[in-house]
Amino acid sequence: MFGALIIVFREVIEAGLIIGIVLAATRGVSGRGRWVSAGVFAGVLGAGIVALFAEAIANAFKGAGQELFNAGVLGVAVAMLMWHAAWMSRHGREMAVELATVGAAVIAGKRPMTALAIVVALAVLREGAEVVLFLYGILAAGTSSGSLFLGGALGVAVGAAFTALTYYGLVSIPTRHIFTVTTVLIALLAAGMAAQAAQYLDAAGVINVLSGQLWDSSPWLPQDGIVGRVLHALIGYTDRPTELQLITYLATLAAMTALTRLATPARTAHARAA
Amino acid sequence: MMRGLILAVVVAALSVASAQAQEFNIVIRNNAFEPQEIRVPAGKRVSIYVSNEDASAEEFESPALKVEKVIPGKSKGLVRVGPLAPGRYEFFGEFHPNTAKGVVIAE
Repeated sequence: MFGALIIVFREVIEAGLIIGIVLAATRGVSGRGRWVSAGVFAGVLGAGIVALFAEAIANAFKGAGQELFNAGVLGVAVAMLMWHAAWMSRHGREMAVELATVGAAVIAGKRPMTALAIVVALAVLREGAEVVLFLYGILAAGTSSGSLFLGGALGVAVGAAFTALTYYGLVSIPTRHIFTVTTVLIALLAAGMAAQAAQYLDAAGVINVLSGQLWDSSPWLPQDGIVGRVLHALIGYTDRPTELQLITYLATLAAMTALTRLATPARTAHARAA
Repeated sequence: MMRGLILAVVVAALSVASAQAQEFNIVIRNNAFEPQEIRVPAGKRVSIYVSNEDASAEEFESPALKVEKVIPGKSKGLVRVGPLAPGRYEFFGEFHPNTAKGVVIAE
């Protein structure tokens, strides 16, 4: 049972972190609970569908279907985070200037929830599909599956607790810093996802350049340990990155930074006009 | 049209990649890999077909090979790796980590 708990928990860490960060970044947004719940619900539903068609997906594109699917899902999530960053830089910052005294709650009140709900849905879908397949496998194997199944369910519950921990950890940050912290976290999330997508494209055989390994930090901080997993989800930590992964990571981080800063002149002008 | 073009490029890239890659087979039976050790040429792209004969799904995972792939029960999955530097690359089944272990040796 404990084994099943750990396996499922490891799978849901990434989605759990993302939900926690999105919830912290949108504190004070009216109806954000509904948006995030809708995202989780859509993700679970999608995970079931993906699991149902797992074999067909895997066999598509000469056996590279699963890799291309994962790369696509990650790519869309990165695009959504970029849209969110661009939107925030245009609207959020100008409001931050005008309403500095009112605080982050009001700024957050205008966040585009669609983008973040889609990010949540995609994170749940990607990892949820693996959990569904794992749990389905336990059922399919038949004998003495009860305690394993219970372990799996508890793994999801521990994942939810981890989301709560992430959320309360983030919201305990002083209000004037939380905007910056969540913006940086979202940029790092996007960079990590983009690097992961690049690796899936390499595994699919679509990109076969820059696949040299840059370093190996697995003896000190293995990526498949719990700490490694958390850092992998949070900042895109990879213990044996390829050149392509690092380049994609840095390029995405640069793009996110540029998107966040693009509107700075507009913001100043707006502030003056106001 | 753009989608068709991308699709064509993807399919072309895949055909080139699969045409060059040498093929190996691993079977998953009773939540374990058979064989547990395969020797592949170093410096080349290699295709490993993983057939899961069990009813339960397995996740073929290896940070060393940079692979993470779910193989549903009673199905087959293709894992592309390399080019690898000579050495040992461990892999495991994430859903049955105590029994499903193996190693790819590039030489």
